[in-house]
Amino acid sequence: MTRPLTPLLWFLFSVGGTLAALLFPVHLFLTGLAFPLGWLEAPSYAALLGLLKQPLTRLYLFVLIALPLFHWAHRFRYTLYDGLQLKHLTELIAVLCYGTALAGSAMAAYTLWRIPY
Amino acid sequence: MPQTVTLEVARYRPEREAEPIIETYEVPFRKDWVVLDALNHIKDKLDGTLSFRWSCRMGVCGSCGMTVNGRPKLTCAAFLSDHLPGPIRVEPLRYFPVVRDLVVDITDFMRKLKKVKPWIIRKEEKPLSEGEYRQTPDELDAYKQFSMCINCMICYSACPIYGLEPTFIGPAAIALAQRYNRDSRDQGAGERLEILSEHDGIWQCTFVGECTKVCPKNVDPAGAIQQYKLTSALHWVRTLLPRG
Amino acid sequence: MSSPARYTPYHPKWYRRRVSVWWWLETGSYTSFVLRELTSVFVAIFAVVMLWELRALAQGPAAYATFLARLKTPPFLALHALAFLFVVFHSITWFNLAPKAMAVRFRGKRVPDLVVAGLNYGAWLFLSVVVAFILLRG
Repeated sequence: MTRPLTPLLWFLFSVGGTLAALLFPVHLFLTGLAFPLGWLEAPSYAALLGLLKQPLTRLYLFVLIALPLFHWAHRFRYTLYDGLQLKHLTELIAVLCYGTALAGSAMAAYTLWRIPY
Repeated sequence: MPQTVTLEVARYRPEREAEPIIETYEVPFRKDWVVLDALNHIKDKLDGTLSFRWSCRMGVCGSCGMTVNGRPKLTCAAFLSDHLPGPIRVEPLRYFPVVRDLVVDITDFMRKLKKVKPWIIRKEEKPLSEGEYRQTPDELDAYKQFSMCINCMICYSACPIYGLEPTFIGPAAIALAQRYNRDSRDQGAGERLEILSEHDGIWQCTFVGECTKVCPKNVDPAGAIQQYKLTSALHWVRTLLPRG
Repeated sequence: MSSPARYTPYHPKWYRRRVSVWWWLETGSYTSFVLRELTSVFVAIFAVVMLWELRALAQGPAAYATFLARLKTPPFLALHALAFLFVVFHSITWFNLAPKAMAVRFRGKRVPDLVVAGLNYGAWLFLSVVVAFILLRG
């Protein structure tokens, strides 16, 4: 049943991994370290809403959240399968991983839809 | 330079032991000797009962793969001087069933190799009158690296996925499938796609990359597998499109 | 030869060693591989943090201020510091492996691995500067 799905899941893993590799370091550094520690001035609430006026920004953020989640789901699923040898739980693991990624993506889409223009 | 070096060799005689044991031998140290020379010395002079495979002793037949100090190597390419001061531990190739001493059963690999159809597949053979197939240097370059495989199975011995999942088709088989897929004379890529896209095919691989690191012929099976994942995934995309 | 030989995959006298559940601690390469795979956990964690940030933005300035305050607390700073290391490890291993995964051919010749990796690193730098510029412009 998962056979025709595997290429799709691998694509999501690859694109998600590439996005995370290219963009997560800078976002994480700013949001998680530089802004909270005051090394750099964080954008104001108004400035961020200004950026979010652009539909392109919302699309960017959706892709930036959703695809890396699928990257995690695919990679983590195999890590549990191989690393912890949880073969008997393989279907449950797959459902939990991809399910979480789907849920996260859905929530991202919904939130981005609801942010006031 | 020492006069002798100690070899710790795994012995397994099913009629005597339930599990492999280590026996120690003192062999002369010569700076041009490889582990295979040491094993042959043991067999000739010290213990004729030691069993192991070897043939060309020059790194082209793929027979003498064993685990040396925990790493899978061709014993004809593992110099004693590189493993000083010793002791040097020689064990059978990991992840394969041990038949006796240092001899492992390779039926599994042979079966998988045959499965990927490692030969030129043509829809129609060119008649002799039309002459030979021609290939540009670039066309040769597209598959040449993968053709260097000597079927030594050292890559299988390094692959943790193969260790955990013995049904995994494995690095060498996929690299050899690619050797033919990428050959401009071959028309069998479609046939191989079915086999390689199975559950125990390419999708089991998680790109650990150990296979490429240990390959004595620089075949880069890990690269072959990842490239094939992309090929297979793009092929799947094409099947979704209306023009198929 | 009347019938073909049949091979039993599990011969009673052959010795098969069980692979330990700690197989990934056996060599440095294996451990490094598992750490590389575990970077995906930190990728997921930060994706969730970004999602949380968006939800805070959607709920209004007060919620967003609470979010920012939370990120300043030591547990979150520690988490983000650790996550940053893992995410950078992901980027480096990803770009170094990219040339192997995609045999890029240009005009019939294989593009050298260093060039492909270099282009990836270049894109990483460029995009990081662009994002930083957009966010710092205020």
